[in-house]
Amino acid sequence: MSPERGSYADPAVDYHVEIAFTLNGAEVRIRVDPAERLLDVLRYRLGLTGTKEGCAEGECGACTVWIDGLPVDSCLVPAVQARGREVVTIEAVDPMRLRPLLESGATQCGACTPGVVMTALWILDHPDLLETHTVRELMAGNLCRCTGYDGIVEGVLEALEATRDTEREPA
Amino acid sequence: MKVEAPATLDEALACLQAAPLVPLAGGTDLLVHWPGNLEAKAGHYVDLWALDELRGIRRDAEGLTLGALATYWDAIRDSRIREEFPILVQAARQVGAIQIQSRGTWAGNVVNASPAADGVPVLMALDAVVVLASASRRREVPLDAFYTGYRTTVRRADELVVAVRLPDRGNAVQTFVKVGSRRAQAIAKVGLALARSEAGWRVVAASVAPTVVRCRTVEAALDAGDAFAAPEDLLPLLREDVTPIDDLRSTARYREMVLARVLWHAIAEAA
Repeated sequence: MSPERGSYADPAVDYHVEIAFTLNGAEVRIRVDPAERLLDVLRYRLGLTGTKEGCAEGECGACTVWIDGLPVDSCLVPAVQARGREVVTIEAVDPMRLRPLLESGATQCGACTPGVVMTALWILDHPDLLETHTVRELMAGNLCRCTGYDGIVEGVLEALEATRDTEREPA
Repeated sequence: MKVEAPATLDEALACLQAAPLVPLAGGTDLLVHWPGNLEAKAGHYVDLWALDELRGIRRDAEGLTLGALATYWDAIRDSRIREEFPILVQAARQVGAIQIQSRGTWAGNVVNASPAADGVPVLMALDAVVVLASASRRREVPLDAFYTGYRTTVRRADELVVAVRLPDRGNAVQTFVKVGSRRAQAIAKVGLALARSEAGWRVVAASVAPTVVRCRTVEAALDAGDAFAAPEDLLPLLREDVTPIDDLRSTARYREMVLARVLWHAIAEAA
């Protein structure tokens, strides 16, 4: 929606603001243009290009990151709203955790994969979600045009199973 | 582009009194296709996201209060809402997916004023009241009197929606139906919320008029105890209440027929 009844900013004035937030466990301080999205700041200002841009409208989930522990589309988050928050991106993920997804054919071309992984790991970290939701519903915000989704859902279910087995046999 | 970042609600209301800024909550509507939206990027906004006093869902003797920053996910994770207002959860689960549910707010859905909204029909069926505040006063407007036309509302430029309240009416019937082109991540071709409480029947339809609307002719018939043998019998009443159009998502004829059918089935199930 356009700000048709709103007031307008003066194009001659610099409205950059400094924000601080936690990114993958480390403190970040950066001056941002209020028109920048969190996605832009991650990719083009901080060089974290693991997070992808797909649709730019909150449909495909390729840009999924966590803010304060919840998956969000970073293309719909104004960078200034990261102020004081905890942001986690695909760069923080332990590659060993990806094994069940690799083995079940959850990835092909890879464009959706960083986003898929961020949602999948959120589910694995909160298995109680499956008391009310299916994996398929929780993954509905991550579009994939290669796998047909079965591999993704199976990968998450297998990883959940593996987590349960580890809990049963304490090392 | 300029964004004001007030630290308190009073500061936010002072900003709005000084200039007609665009309130920004979770951003899930405003930021769509943001990089190419030059008009939006020239705007002047007031960011509400840091105002913790607007966050959360509260319960009291009169009912439920959704703070202006209460998200769909907040409602989905609330076990009492799941029990007492299940249609809120049903609708919330059909708004995008987790990435949208975690940021999108009920109040934002109300103010965005889309006729295809998913949150608005269920709130309206539960007789929601919109709480507006400005620097000088506070007022409450029933949600079914909030819209004045396509994407226009009674909110004045200096006012902010600070909460949405739901009265406790013990709704015995609560049904929400969304018809989209697929189950997940779709925008409604037809939406329906049906509720029945001591105040009577509520039939609310989405995507079939310039705003989300109450179907008062149908409600009156149901309150009078009228029965309908087939979906087609609802059509003459619905035509008094809704004015569907052909657009990119569907056709007027399809919308009218499907609304009659989902409504007829919902009524039959509720009986």
